[in-house]
Amino acid sequence: MAKKDQPFSLPAWAQAAPFGVVFALFFIIPLAFVVMVSFWDYNDYAILPGFTVRSYVETFEGCYDQLPDLCTILKTYVSTVKFCFLVWLFTLVIGFTIAYFLAFHVQSVTTQMTLAIICTIPFWTSNVIRMISWIPLLGRNGLVNQGLIKLGIIKEPLEWLLYSDFAVVLAFVHLFTFFMVIPIFNSMARIDKRLLEAAYDAGATGWQTLWNVVIPLAKPGIVIGSIFVITIVMGDFVTVGVMGGQQIASAGKIIETRLNALQFPPAAANAVILLAITLLIITALNRFVDIRKEL
Amino acid sequence: MTQETKDGAQGLSRRSVLKGAGAAAGAAAGSGAITGFPAVWSQEKKVLRYLGTAVNQSDDINKQLFKDTGITLEYISATTDDVTKRVITQPNSYDILDTEYFSLKKLIPSKNILALDAKKIKEFNNITPIFTKGELPNGKKIGDQGTAPKKVMFLEGKDSTAFAKGVTEWVTLIPTVYNADTLGIRPDLIKRPIESWKELLNPEFKGKASILNIPSIGIMDAAMVVEASGLYKYPDKGNMTKQEIDLTMKVLTEAKKAGQFRAFWKDFNESVNLMASGETVIQSMWSPAVTAVRSKGIPCVFQPLKEGYRSWASGFCVSKGVTGKKQEWAYEFVNWFLSGWAGAYLNRQGYYSAVLPTAKKFMSEDEWGYWMEGKAAKADIKAPDGSLLEKAGSKRDGGSYDDRMGNVACWNAVMDENDYMVRKWNEFIAA
Repeated sequence: MAKKDQPFSLPAWAQAAPFGVVFALFFIIPLAFVVMVSFWDYNDYAILPGFTVRSYVETFEGCYDQLPDLCTILKTYVSTVKFCFLVWLFTLVIGFTIAYFLAFHVQSVTTQMTLAIICTIPFWTSNVIRMISWIPLLGRNGLVNQGLIKLGIIKEPLEWLLYSDFAVVLAFVHLFTFFMVIPIFNSMARIDKRLLEAAYDAGATGWQTLWNVVIPLAKPGIVIGSIFVITIVMGDFVTVGVMGGQQIASAGKIIETRLNALQFPPAAANAVILLAITLLIITALNRFVDIRKEL
Repeated sequence: MTQETKDGAQGLSRRSVLKGAGAAAGAAAGSGAITGFPAVWSQEKKVLRYLGTAVNQSDDINKQLFKDTGITLEYISATTDDVTKRVITQPNSYDILDTEYFSLKKLIPSKNILALDAKKIKEFNNITPIFTKGELPNGKKIGDQGTAPKKVMFLEGKDSTAFAKGVTEWVTLIPTVYNADTLGIRPDLIKRPIESWKELLNPEFKGKASILNIPSIGIMDAAMVVEASGLYKYPDKGNMTKQEIDLTMKVLTEAKKAGQFRAFWKDFNESVNLMASGETVIQSMWSPAVTAVRSKGIPCVFQPLKEGYRSWASGFCVSKGVTGKKQEWAYEFVNWFLSGWAGAYLNRQGYYSAVLPTAKKFMSEDEWGYWMEGKAAKADIKAPDGSLLEKAGSKRDGGSYDDRMGNVACWNAVMDENDYMVRKWNEFIAA
């Protein structure tokens, strides 16, 4: 590591260079192109270099004159942010509980590791398969509906189980809870057990210990997990598409529709907007905790 | 060798030269440049990279083609949208393109594809007049709303980007297959006759209907419904004005908000699953998807409707990078495709081939009667892979070629207001 008084020493630069180059080639430059193209014009079959804000103006079309009705882009983001919040809440509660169990209730490290590996088993198949496997379960004539009808709990099949907000949230939670478990577990594993004993000795109840000791110390893990989940849900359109029966809007879907119509500049503009909004959310999260310091 | 010795004398050791030569030979062998004995070189391998949707791509066609001509196809399959995207952005990644007529409005101005010379197509004059004149072989005019093939089939010149009004020598796409699409229904769950497109938005099927989530096609199905309900009569459903788009999307949006649609589908398998699982009982569909549902033992009908069909057609052209020998092979391939075997193969899947007389020679009288003439099958009807499609005595949905293609109301299209329409479609999805 470079000494404090020579922050720009050659070895430090050399060490950082490979990643810097990869980052520049595969992230910075493509991103710069996306931003550039978002300001270009286009016709049926080509993108036309030049400067225009057409893509942005059309994207926000009707956002003012349609008030109080929301325009397409706002409706889409309201829906996306709603999914983000619900999925974040459920994955956090479930993920935190699992991590807490692994970190504090399982004593041996071997068992901890075994259980953590068991958690990864669903990841041995692809995302899409895990998602699609819900469909025969939740469908109108699916297992859940048939079971409930046979038990006499319902008479008519429940329509909202599939191709609904419920189905989308369910699939997201199923797919992404694990991204919460691991960072939170990692933070919790580092908590000094003596702190919990000290809290107990000082007369704190279980909830007080949880609220005042465990959660503050697990915060970095919570924030990292949240960043994972939120960025994935913000950009997703496959899960929303499949589980929502293609009837629910998402930011990614707008981009896909535009790309399929060969309208690259508006697709790029929507990508820039999505990126900006996601960055805003991440920045807000970073306000709660300085991740770099905590790591 | 003398040269090498001389070089060696000039400073390189003989050994290093030999090592270098060995490495070069090794690299050549490794790269596949040396594949065997010199005799192999006398027969050049004829390979064409074939980009298209999977409709016409099958191993059987490839095998038969190789047997007849020695040409091998390397299939590159993608969705309709991705095929278009690839033609525009990577014109050198394929040789033969198999695409739909409606995408020509985007492809031709990009100058990434070459028109074919009609004189080099043997069966050109036998291609069904649906393409060249917009009429049936018996002379009956058919619907030409949307991007009807005759509107975009010919160019004014070899390198022109203007579509010709009449027949010229320069052909944008040599037709391969086409079909007439309509609604698929589950007769066992609907339990009454369905005769009109307006049934798609009938509240009776609330939560049990579906349409395609491909904007340009979905909106045309919606337009069929609007016309069938008597709300509006479009001058051209395939080329709406902004007001017409607004009107059509309004009807769709209201239906969506009322919960009419169970889901929208985007690919073949989704449409099959929706219908087979009973999630939907009425939806826009493709003919082979109906066959796929039926082959699971589930009743499904490709229901002919009184307002007519929405038709589509696809055909071949070549990439602008194809010249010389490759171009000859391309013509050889296209000529083979029209010579009957492939046509019969496609007809047996429920599509229609471009040159009917040649395909007829490769089909039995009973097959021809069932698929093309709307007659009851005398024996069991089998798919190309030999599996049972229909039992003896059954008739094809919609009847004969003339009955089905004769009732085409409109063609898949790209509208002039495509950009506006796509924005409205996103609005509809968000509603």
